[in-house]
Amino acid sequence: MIKAEGLTKRYGDKLAVDGLTFTVEPGVITGFLGPNGAGKSTTMRMIMGLDAPTSGSVTVNGKPFAAHRRPLAQVGALLEARAVHTGRSARNHLLAMAATAGIADRRVDEVIAMVGLGEVAGRRAGAFSLGMGQRLGIASALLADPQTLILDEPVNGLDPDGVRWIRNLLKGLADQGRTVFLSSHLMSEMALTADHIILVGKGRLLRDQPMADFIAGASADLVTVRSPEASRLAQLLAGPEVTVRDVADQTLEVQGLTSDHIGRTAAAAGITLLELATHAASLEEAYMALTDESVDYRSTVEYTEDAA
Amino acid sequence: MSTTTADAGAAVRGAASRVDSQPVSLGRAVKSEWIKWRSLRSTWAVLGAAVIGMLAIGLVIGFNTRHLTGNQDANDLASSAPLQGFFLGQLLIGALGVLFVSSEFSTGMIRSTFAAVPKRQPVLWAKLAVFSVITAVVMTVATVATFLISQAVISQSRPGFSLADPGVWRYVLGTSLYMVLAGVVGGMIAWMVRSTPGSLVSFFALIFVVPQLFGLFGSAGKHIAQFFPSQAGEAFTVAQPEAPHLSPGVGLLVLCAWAVAAIAAASVTLRRRDA
Repeated sequence: MIKAEGLTKRYGDKLAVDGLTFTVEPGVITGFLGPNGAGKSTTMRMIMGLDAPTSGSVTVNGKPFAAHRRPLAQVGALLEARAVHTGRSARNHLLAMAATAGIADRRVDEVIAMVGLGEVAGRRAGAFSLGMGQRLGIASALLADPQTLILDEPVNGLDPDGVRWIRNLLKGLADQGRTVFLSSHLMSEMALTADHIILVGKGRLLRDQPMADFIAGASADLVTVRSPEASRLAQLLAGPEVTVRDVADQTLEVQGLTSDHIGRTAAAAGITLLELATHAASLEEAYMALTDESVDYRSTVEYTEDAA
Repeated sequence: MSTTTADAGAAVRGAASRVDSQPVSLGRAVKSEWIKWRSLRSTWAVLGAAVIGMLAIGLVIGFNTRHLTGNQDANDLASSAPLQGFFLGQLLIGALGVLFVSSEFSTGMIRSTFAAVPKRQPVLWAKLAVFSVITAVVMTVATVATFLISQAVISQSRPGFSLADPGVWRYVLGTSLYMVLAGVVGGMIAWMVRSTPGSLVSFFALIFVVPQLFGLFGSAGKHIAQFFPSQAGEAFTVAQPEAPHLSPGVGLLVLCAWAVAAIAAASVTLRRRDA
């Protein structure tokens, strides 16, 4: 379990991470999503104790990471940039890591086989492709069979086979009750892999909810209505679970009502409709909208208004 | 999806590692650093170059001074003369000390290192131990061999020195110790500077450039220069060091003080700075 409380990191004038509070639970894959520069890597570096928070705190399995006596058995990490000496062979890299925890050489060969690097384990890591480098990083993360996995953009540079391999591996680990925390800037990847989503933008927490809820919320239908009596119609449609936005001259965007309902309401009130259309907002659009400049959904609509 | 995952989380909360592992200790950190050291070709190449450099320069000096002639510098006839390869040796051993640390930062390896030993400080001690022991053993063998071989060359033509002669053990062991301590200072500079070029430049500046600059400011400058690592080292590695110079004992103390100060400064940097 990873617990961040008011986690903040400032680099000079720039707030890279701004008061993040979240809990990453065991047994599920938690996706850490946000555009590049949202503070994902910095957050992960703070979890690993590489960067000290400006304020706030973060613990892994109840303690700051550095306070664990067997750090490799607690957390396996694959951080964004490569973390291997280019002149050393993959096997020697893993042997050096394993030595700090007294892990047997047999286990090193086991993880090498597990990530499919058996044939190249004796070669210099500097000669590895991006995908092989990622596999080596995952091998070192799995070395001590850790309770918690922290992976920064693990599918970067992997071919489709590799992507599927990671996805299955992570699902298996989560099913065993491990904490799996992985970052990505790709919504599509997250939708396939993560059970829970922590969404950040500009260092701030935007969403922390089950993936299913996020998807349900994001794909709520949006109905565009154009009518000469738009404002009268807007009053008639208003209700507790309904959002009506005046997006352009004579045009409304309605969320929470079906087009059937809107059509009947208009007919009953004798209002002429010039257009009535339903759009399914995609997950990608919901993500873009959330992480856009001004953070919440409504403001993108205001942006449309300016443009119109 | 959400219901199954929530159940799974509750049922198996806190799955433990099924791989045998031990707590991090200084001994395990040392073993890890030893594996790192021996698994890089570059470390052996540089160390080998230092040994060959010592031997080759010793042989050349022995050969060139085998005949006594009237215009010879007394220094060239001293028992410490064939060990002058340490000028090259300190450069290589210093670079080795720098690279052992800075290459971890330049390649990103340091993130793996700190993931395994997040308390950081044991890494510094382990690297220091591995580096000091290996270079001390290798360079002591190299200086003894250099002395014996070059004196063997000299004794073909004139009486040379033996290890039993006064001061000889001090020059031989002192030369080895000087190179090790210079390398330690280099390694500690790398913990602070981190980048390889920056660390190398800082190290060479400290060893070669800055003391020379002080030498430009007359006798006051020279008195300051004798407290720099290279000049302090000469006080106990060279039979007739350039005046002014510290006594051999004080020279050794001053050099050790540099090493200790460098270790302390590196430790503080290591603890405070983001990696």
